[in-house]
Amino acid sequence: MLDRIKDDTAVAARNVLVEVDHLKMYFPITAGIFRAKVGDVKAVDDVTFDIYEGETLGLVGESGCGKSTCGRAILRLYEPTAGAVRINGRDVASASQDQLRKMRPAMQMVFQDPQASLNPRMTLAAIIGEPLDEHTRLAKADKLARIYELMDQVGLNRNFANRYPHEFSGGQRQRIGIARALALNPKFIVCDEPIAALDVSIQAQVVNLLEELQDRLGLTYLFISHDLSMVRHIADRVAVMYLGRIVELAPREALFAEPLHPYTQALLSAVPEPDPNQEINRRRIILTGDVPSPANPPKGCNFCTRCPAVMPICRQDEPTYQEVAPGRFVACHHYANTTMTAGLTAAAEASGQNASGTKTPTVPKGQGIQQGD
Amino acid sequence: MPDGALPVLEVEGLKTVFRTRGGEVHAVNSVTFDLKPGELLGVVGESGSGKSVTMMSLIGLLPSPPADVRGGRVMFDGADLLHSSPEHLRDVRGRGIGFIFQDPMTSLNPVFTVGFQLMEPLRRHMGMNKASARLRAKELLELVGIPDAARRLDDYPHQFSGGMRQRVMIAIALACDPKVLIADEPTTALDVTIQAQILELVRELRSKLGMAIVWITHDLGVIAGIADRVMVMYGGQIVEQAPVKELFAHPRHPYTRALLKTVPSVRSERADKLNVIEGQPPILKAAPAACAFRARCTYAFARCGAENPARFAVGPGHDAACFWDFDKAEGTDGGQRDA
Repeated sequence: MLDRIKDDTAVAARNVLVEVDHLKMYFPITAGIFRAKVGDVKAVDDVTFDIYEGETLGLVGESGCGKSTCGRAILRLYEPTAGAVRINGRDVASASQDQLRKMRPAMQMVFQDPQASLNPRMTLAAIIGEPLDEHTRLAKADKLARIYELMDQVGLNRNFANRYPHEFSGGQRQRIGIARALALNPKFIVCDEPIAALDVSIQAQVVNLLEELQDRLGLTYLFISHDLSMVRHIADRVAVMYLGRIVELAPREALFAEPLHPYTQALLSAVPEPDPNQEINRRRIILTGDVPSPANPPKGCNFCTRCPAVMPICRQDEPTYQEVAPGRFVACHHYANTTMTAGLTAAAEASGQNASGTKTPTVPKGQGIQQGD
Repeated sequence: MPDGALPVLEVEGLKTVFRTRGGEVHAVNSVTFDLKPGELLGVVGESGSGKSVTMMSLIGLLPSPPADVRGGRVMFDGADLLHSSPEHLRDVRGRGIGFIFQDPMTSLNPVFTVGFQLMEPLRRHMGMNKASARLRAKELLELVGIPDAARRLDDYPHQFSGGMRQRVMIAIALACDPKVLIADEPTTALDVTIQAQILELVRELRSKLGMAIVWITHDLGVIAGIADRVMVMYGGQIVEQAPVKELFAHPRHPYTRALLKTVPSVRSERADKLNVIEGQPPILKAAPAACAFRARCTYAFARCGAENPARFAVGPGHDAACFWDFDKAEGTDGGQRDA
């Protein structure tokens, strides 16, 4: 436990590698023959966070909440509508194409679907070597040596270099995708649901590989996932998104032990536990209704239509995203005027247990909370 | 669930083979199990383990060719479904066994209203007229928790969200009061908060309607929260079968043990490194002559490569298809079962 606290302070002292500053990514909705713009899908709506060098920031949320869009906008695979993204102090969002190309080697991506993200007509060596062709001028022998080195790093047999993607299983294909992302010695990798398409026994292999590579190469990850148990395993800090906004961001243990935002509380309680004895007595928060459309978000807080602890002010004003305790950010009116004292949070974190008894603001547990049978 | 009650469904020695250009694939290999009235049987396994194919073989839902159900017996309501006429099978599929598919997006017909699709089985199997079928359809939508049911009958599937569509699928499967409901990964395509809603609904419907349910999933968490009894499948075979608490507390097959250890939790103690099962699941080119898991198994010994283990009884209502005996291994050096 002491080790973990040391780790947490170490994170705070580290350099910021990626700064996301009021990032917005809107997609226009058009209508009519002139394709006049009639509205926006606010996929990412004013998102701000930092990623420290060498850490893994988990980005979780349900489908359609904007987490993948956020990851892509950070790497400027989309043109952001507004805001800035600084990687190593240089703004990616406003860089010219030439500048951007020079910055690309430092930031890479691992995609969700290893089937769709590998060209079926290219051999494994060609796929892993393509970034090297684009960005380096290695001699043929050096290039091959580098390809072999990358294959060793991700645990692919060198004899497979001339095979095609369809000859590999899902887990191996994801290793190919990781090798390609590593080719140019990146600092920062966006992992967009890298294990969602894999079977449970294979997921663990890929996650262990990502962690090993991080230790060895000092990588920084943005790990996008809807699998909360996997995020708890791999992430140092976790950001929770809902309908285009970040509702809560906190160090891993603090978030899982004592979620502050009502949405995070519901999300965590919805994850089933692989233990029948716990499942029988567990309290579940069952949210009613569905996620509203990001083209037409509700007035006030985005979560007000499903929140079990909704107040009149939630339907009027947007809550501000603020730091309520060191390292803990939350956007919720229940925490608007309360700053948690550092001592209390530290105590809660140190205990590592569910410390809801010690927190200052209490979110009323409303009608949405049901007792498990 | 009363012990000793006659099973509603008995499956014995079921074998299904797919003929492909690359040769035969033996997807289901001598699967034997039964289902008691009112129980919820969970079926877990990775993709390709044969869990869906088993259930679809039972009620003749696989297209043939390429599928070929080669042998076995499926007793339901006094008849063997594998040797039934297409008419009888169609009756069973409507009234006897309901089926919920994984993907609510593709299993509803986009050009018909939800009401029409709900009324179709009622009119076909229950002989209802239009007015009474519509009334029953409205009741069914209310049963699965869709608000404003009367008006929503005239909506098309695209006007429903994913979770709502899965509720509609459940309503259709329940339409003719089936004795058995087979749910094939019904929550896999849904988000966790929506999954929680559907699980809550199924718990509620079970106590209300009392039918037997087969619930296929790869999510051990879902199984822990919903099942009475669990079957674990690997390589087209049932490798372990036990009451849910017994299975999670004392898994006796090395695959089940490994599987339980690979899954991280959001609540329990966090491990530094995830446990992995090295290697890949097998591709079943021929009927297994040896244990399908032996290449990935840390306990494997010579006998595992020589013959395919039968299911040994290892506890009350608990059996496992493995030559390694964990109870025997505890006191002594080796846990090999006597040949």
